[in-house]
Amino acid sequence: MLIFEHSQPSRTNHAQKVEAAEVKHAIPDQFHRKSKPLLPEVSEMQAVRHYTRLSQKNFSIDTHFYPLGSCTMKYNPRACNSLALLPGFLQRHPASPDKLSQGFLSCMYELQEMLKDVTGMKAVSLAPMAGAQGEFAGVAMIRAYHDANGDDERTEILVPDAAHGTNPATATMCNYKVKEIPTNKDGDVDIEELKKAVGPQTAGIMLTNPSTLGVFERKIKEIAKIVHDAGGLLYYDGANLNAILGKVKPGDMGFDVIHMNLHKTFSTPHGGGGPGAGPVGVSERLIPYLPVPMVAKESDEYRLLWEKDVPDTMGRLSAFAGNAGILLRAYIYARLLGKEGMERVSEYATLNANYMMVKLEQAGFDLAYPGRRATHEFIVTLKKQAKTLGVNTMDFAKRMLDYGVHAPTTYFPLLVPECLLIEPTETEAKEALDYFIETMQNIQQEAENSPETVTQAPHTMPVRRLDDVKAARELDLTWQAATHK
Amino acid sequence: MPFIPHTEDDVRDMLAAIGVKDIEALFDEIPKELRSKGLTEVPTGLSEMAVQRLMAERAAQDSRSLCFAGGGAYEHHIPSAVWEITTRGEFYSAYTPYQAEASQGTLQLLYEYQTMMASLTGMDVSNASLYDGASALAEAILMAVRANRKAKSKRILIPRTVHPSYRKVAQTITKGQGIILEELDYDVTGGHLDPASLPKDPGDFVALVIPQPNFFGVLEEVDALTDWAHEHKALVIGVTNPVSLAVLTPPGEWGEIGADIVCGDGQPLGIPLSSGGPYFGFMCCRQDYVRQMPGRIIGRTTDLDGKPGFSLTLQAREQHIRRSKATSNICTNQGLLVTAATIHMALMGPAGIEQAAANSHANTMELLDKLNGVPGIKKLFDRPLFHEAVVQFDRPVNEVTQALTAQGIVGGIMLEDDYPELKNCLLVCATETKTEADLITFVDKLQQISTQLQATKSSAEPKIA
Repeated sequence: MLIFEHSQPSRTNHAQKVEAAEVKHAIPDQFHRKSKPLLPEVSEMQAVRHYTRLSQKNFSIDTHFYPLGSCTMKYNPRACNSLALLPGFLQRHPASPDKLSQGFLSCMYELQEMLKDVTGMKAVSLAPMAGAQGEFAGVAMIRAYHDANGDDERTEILVPDAAHGTNPATATMCNYKVKEIPTNKDGDVDIEELKKAVGPQTAGIMLTNPSTLGVFERKIKEIAKIVHDAGGLLYYDGANLNAILGKVKPGDMGFDVIHMNLHKTFSTPHGGGGPGAGPVGVSERLIPYLPVPMVAKESDEYRLLWEKDVPDTMGRLSAFAGNAGILLRAYIYARLLGKEGMERVSEYATLNANYMMVKLEQAGFDLAYPGRRATHEFIVTLKKQAKTLGVNTMDFAKRMLDYGVHAPTTYFPLLVPECLLIEPTETEAKEALDYFIETMQNIQQEAENSPETVTQAPHTMPVRRLDDVKAARELDLTWQAATHK
Repeated sequence: MPFIPHTEDDVRDMLAAIGVKDIEALFDEIPKELRSKGLTEVPTGLSEMAVQRLMAERAAQDSRSLCFAGGGAYEHHIPSAVWEITTRGEFYSAYTPYQAEASQGTLQLLYEYQTMMASLTGMDVSNASLYDGASALAEAILMAVRANRKAKSKRILIPRTVHPSYRKVAQTITKGQGIILEELDYDVTGGHLDPASLPKDPGDFVALVIPQPNFFGVLEEVDALTDWAHEHKALVIGVTNPVSLAVLTPPGEWGEIGADIVCGDGQPLGIPLSSGGPYFGFMCCRQDYVRQMPGRIIGRTTDLDGKPGFSLTLQAREQHIRRSKATSNICTNQGLLVTAATIHMALMGPAGIEQAAANSHANTMELLDKLNGVPGIKKLFDRPLFHEAVVQFDRPVNEVTQALTAQGIVGGIMLEDDYPELKNCLLVCATETKTEADLITFVDKLQQISTQLQATKSSAEPKIA
């Protein structure tokens, strides 16, 4: 039932009314709305019950194991939320003068400093509101750098074929042509192809390391040299930073610019699809182009830096200062972990992934890159099952929901057929990993003995498989439109 | 070890299963010379108790001030239930609803949100949100360029009455694609884009951006502006405040045929000020342009048994499918904030939001009335307002705001940096959260400051002479 179906005309929530007597506004008639908007007219309890019930139809980290590869669905500590919601932080208007904002600004400054250290970059801006915006900022800085050098022949960005879709989409937004670089059979970038691809037209390369294939790019120093020698810059997609936190710094690998996904590595909430936060870090040569605002510390006072302080900035990315409340949560998480805690993140994320990988291989599942070490994630391919049993990856994923496990990422990366990208994260106990392995084995047996149990799954969710083709063909995007049909 | 559950036995068993002697061995594919020598700028971890103390101290430093600033971020009443439910783990710690069957809660909520936003704006469809109002305008401009196939140029006309930060962000995000943002000046008496000032022959352009209310709080002549753009075969991008739409004509009804794309910031719908974020951007449009819209879109469909259900739809527009040919690189939306906004709209209802809008308007008018009695302050523009206004001081405005700051009052937003012609001007706003006593406090403080500054000035004058 939709909230609108609980609605009754003129039912209002008196507790939420403004104290003052009914006020008639003095806006002239010509600007008035003539019809009432379709907003629910329900009691407070009806609304609370409706949305509480809706919440119960979700899988989430708090309720289920959620090994969604590339998304780092680790536990979101409750303290990070409740402390970011302290009144002093919540009530601060973005235009509040720096003098009335020293508490907030000190947290932001310290977060910048910690992220510099973690990434090995020379400066950090917290401005981008999501990973994709961080990518945009990064590539725009690469463009600004080449422009400043009068180097306007550089029209191409190299992107490995295993990259996230955001990488090529971002390059296009910055008006670059995208050239794909193939991956070799071990999951590394094909160095010979890279050498052929670089040239005076190369603006840079966008890399994720560890890559989306769940393996560490071993020849990263060589790649950096090839691209740098050609005059290009290296962009680091920080999607997989959880795998190397405290172990390797992207700055040491030779990267010039990096974005971080704080909703992954720094455990800020995924919130049903956002908000994210995508700070960027840069090497020396890109410092002048960082997005504003940033936070500076001057004789024990913190202040925001704007365009007049950073005249060559690539610009502003949000109306104010980015997803401030999310940055606060990341700061709180960082203080709870501390440096030892951060190193343990990558250690235990890697331990969990390798344990699962070995156990699944022993259970008869095929790995996409056997013989390679897993990073914080790894890929199983169900090509064999799809071919011999007629049960594909989507079927396995849907059946897993019946077992109370959120499915791993399916059909990504695109170059591994019938793949599951599995990322357990460091916050899962061995019992949860063992249950997942057992579940995979159970589903395998079902696929062999009663395949329709799997191909018809899920059976226990609020709905069965949905007709996505119908959803796209007979668009029903709002309730009003639906009732008018 | 914070948030890591492993016992020593677990670790031993797991390492044995993998066949390595220690965790360190799992990093053997990383070249030795790349291994970090440790973190130097990250302090040692703290207990939650210590972090609670630390954060309480930091938050207390920024403790509550009386705020009369708006400028795109407004203090409104938020029912307690909004964030109680929004931060339930099932909403807070879920992700993008890729597995629709296990995400019906988030998906249905987003469908309800789309319905509410489409109705508020008077448009056919809504997406499931973008990052914030400013980036939503940038995306609306990119979308207009894709949608308006008649236009040959990439010119966008944008009045200077659009929020200055929105214009800057739009510039940052669109400039790489050769889009030209051409600014239109405002009328100095009304503080609006005067339809009479529009050129007879504007040449080929893609779209006109129309803010309502505009950055100065002034109401624009939206009907005339909309019709003018449409006469010249251009699209209309409306930028609005969703709360204002409870009382103002929705963009879908502007002029003869309404706006084509509508965007803005959803913050006034249940999102705390929180230093400017996270907020969320909204975007609605005509059905005809839905395939050009960026961001996630939820559709209602049926399952194998014919039972209604919800899923992500029109994914062929998006980066994870289309890669370099996607409508945008956007991946996340602002799901958590949209959750709050949807619950907020349900709890407030049409009457509650209308009352918040009407009372914010009334409070601002009341404030202006009271300021009228303070010497050296005048209201600047003479057109109808929503809930903000520009006032001008007869002395350096930064001295006034500094003096207010010392008293814990955020007096408003100084305009001179973005509008050099608006010398010593302050943009002020009094939402429904302000009481009569708050207004009196503010006005009294301004009176005192006015007198003090006058006194300092006269005592300083002889020395200068």
